[in-house]
Amino acid sequence: MPSFEPVLLARIAKPNSAKLETYRADGGYKALEKALGMPPADVTNMVKDSVLRGRGGAGFPAGLKWTFLPKDHPGPIYLCVNADESEPGTFNNRILMELDPHQLIEGIAIACHAIKSEKAFLYLRYEYGRSYRVLDAAIKECYAAGLLGKNILGKEFNLDIVLHRGAAAYICGEETGLIESLEGKRAWPRIKPPFPAIEGLFRKPTIVNNVETLCCVTHILNRGSEWFKSIGVPPDPNNPRDMGSYGPKLYCISGHVNKPGCVELPLGVTARELIDEHAGGVWKGRKAKAVVPGGISMGFLSADELDTPLDFNGPGKAGCLGLGTAAVVVVDDQTSMVDVLYNCCRFMSHESCGQCTPCREGTAWMTKILERIRAGHGKMEDLDTLTEVAGSMGIIPGTTICGLSDGAAWPVKNAIKKFRGDFEEYIASGRRSVTSAQELMAGAH
Amino acid sequence: MPVLSEQIRERIRAEFPKYPDRRAVTLPALHIVHDELRQVSPEAIREISELLEIHPAEIHDTMSFYNFFREPDRPLGKRRVWVCRSISCMLRGGEELLENLSHKWHVGPGQTSSDGSVSLEYAECLGACEGAPCILVDDECHMNVSEEDVERIVGKQ
Repeated sequence: MPSFEPVLLARIAKPNSAKLETYRADGGYKALEKALGMPPADVTNMVKDSVLRGRGGAGFPAGLKWTFLPKDHPGPIYLCVNADESEPGTFNNRILMELDPHQLIEGIAIACHAIKSEKAFLYLRYEYGRSYRVLDAAIKECYAAGLLGKNILGKEFNLDIVLHRGAAAYICGEETGLIESLEGKRAWPRIKPPFPAIEGLFRKPTIVNNVETLCCVTHILNRGSEWFKSIGVPPDPNNPRDMGSYGPKLYCISGHVNKPGCVELPLGVTARELIDEHAGGVWKGRKAKAVVPGGISMGFLSADELDTPLDFNGPGKAGCLGLGTAAVVVVDDQTSMVDVLYNCCRFMSHESCGQCTPCREGTAWMTKILERIRAGHGKMEDLDTLTEVAGSMGIIPGTTICGLSDGAAWPVKNAIKKFRGDFEEYIASGRRSVTSAQELMAGAH
Repeated sequence: MPVLSEQIRERIRAEFPKYPDRRAVTLPALHIVHDELRQVSPEAIREISELLEIHPAEIHDTMSFYNFFREPDRPLGKRRVWVCRSISCMLRGGEELLENLSHKWHVGPGQTSSDGSVSLEYAECLGACEGAPCILVDDECHMNVSEEDVERIVGKQ
C-alpha cells in the first residue's frame, strides 16, 4: 500500500489555517473552479464513482443520494449540512470547522453546484460556539471575495449559506429531525418515505450531508475518484451488497488512552492500531476491557475483538451495529461495564425525542433497571429483561421511526452478551456504585 | 410596555430574509431573546409569535422540546456553566467535577447560585472528548479542566 498522505487534516496545524488567504495560498477553491467548469451531472458522477460513503454514521453513498433528487425540478432545492455532531465520543466535525472552515465551504459549494441548489443551511449544534464564530467569519470572507453570493467565480452559479444554530438536542442529527428543527418545530423525525431528496426542508427536495462527507468532496474534485478509491478497503467479494470502504477517515480516540485525539487514516485501520500506535496505548499501563467502535450507539468490542478493522463492515462482523462515526472510546480493565452501560442508557433516555413509545419507554426503563442494579438491588433476571427491552425497540424490529432506538439498544445487547460476567458478578456481590454526583443529577431538570 | 426591545426585534427581523418561511426563525429568535433576557417569558413568546406570524403555542411547543431555554421560574444566571457527563468525560472525572463545583458553589445541577452569578448544568457530550473532562461556559468550550481551572475561567470561588 502506498504511503498515506492526510488531506482532511493537512492544514490544521498551519498558522491562520481558518483564513481565506492561507486557504487560497494552499490551492483552495481550485476544486470549486474545476467543478463549475463541469456540468452538474458530471460532478455527481465523479462523487458517485468515488463511492464516498456518508461519514455521519449511516454510511450511505453520497453521490447516489444526490441522484435521488427529482430530475428537472424547478427548484428550490436545498442542501442541509449536518453539523449537529453529538454522538458521544465524536468530535472530528468540530476540528474541521474550527481549523479549516474553507475546506468545508468549498465542499458545500461543489455539492450545491452538483445538486443545483442555491441555498445551503448549515445546522450547527449550539455547543459549538467557536465553530459558529469561525464559520461566520469564513462565510463573510467568501461573500467579500465573490466565493458566495451571485455569479460565483464569474460563473452562472449563485449560492447563499445560512448558519443555523441548534439548541442542544442529539436527535437533530437525524436528518429528518434536523429538517423539522430547522423549520422551527420540535425535532421529531419524519416517517420515510418520502425521503428528503423528494420532500425535505420546507417540503422541497433536500440533500442532507455530514461535514466530513462534504470535506471529502473537495478532495475528490481535486484529485479524482480513482485517487479516493486507492485508499481504504475494496468491497468484500463474499458480500455482493458491499460497496467497499474507500477514502480517508477521521478517527476520534478518547476515554482511557494516553493521548486522546483525532487522526486521519485510511478506512480499515484496526481498533488495536488506533489505540497502540495513534493514542499512546491504554492509560496507566492497563489493558482495554471494552472499546466503543464508532460512538456509543454502535455498541462495544471486547478485548478479544480489537483486531477488528474499523471499516464499514468490520464492526458489524463483531456484533456491533456498524462503523457509526468512527469515534473510538476506550474503557480500561478497572472499570465496570455496569457503570459504562448506565452512562450510555442515561444518555439515550435523555435524548430520546419521545415520539415513538418503544424508544421513549424503553430507554427510560433500561436506565431505571441499571439504576436499580447500581443501587445494589439488582436481580439476575434483570439482565434478561434488559435484553428483551433492547430487542423490542428500533428500526430493525420495526417499532420506531428513526434509528436512535437501535443505537440505544445496541450497547445493551452487546454489553449483556459480551460482558455478562461483569453484570452477574456485580449483582451477586450486592455492590453499589451510584455516586453522589449521579444522585445530584437525578433530581435535576 | 413590550418585553422585547426594539433592538431585539430588529435582530429577529434581520433573520427573516434568510428563510423562505418565518416559522423557521423560531430557534434564532428564541436564542436572541434568551441570550439577552436570560429567560423566555410567556409575554416574550407572544411578542415573538406576532413577529413570526404564528401561534404562541407553536413557539412554546418548539421551545419546550429543547430543554435549553429557561422560563421565568428558573432564569439563567450571568454565566451558564455546562459540565459534560457523557462517556468520555465520565471515564475521566467529569461527574466528580460537576459534584465538586456543585458543593463549592452551593448550587445543584439545573440551578442558579444565590448571587445570580452562575447557573450550573450537566451536559450531554460536548464534542470535545479529546480534552475530557470538558466544560462549556456559555458557548465557549474549555478542555482538560480541573475544579480550579473552572473557578478561574468563571471568576467564581
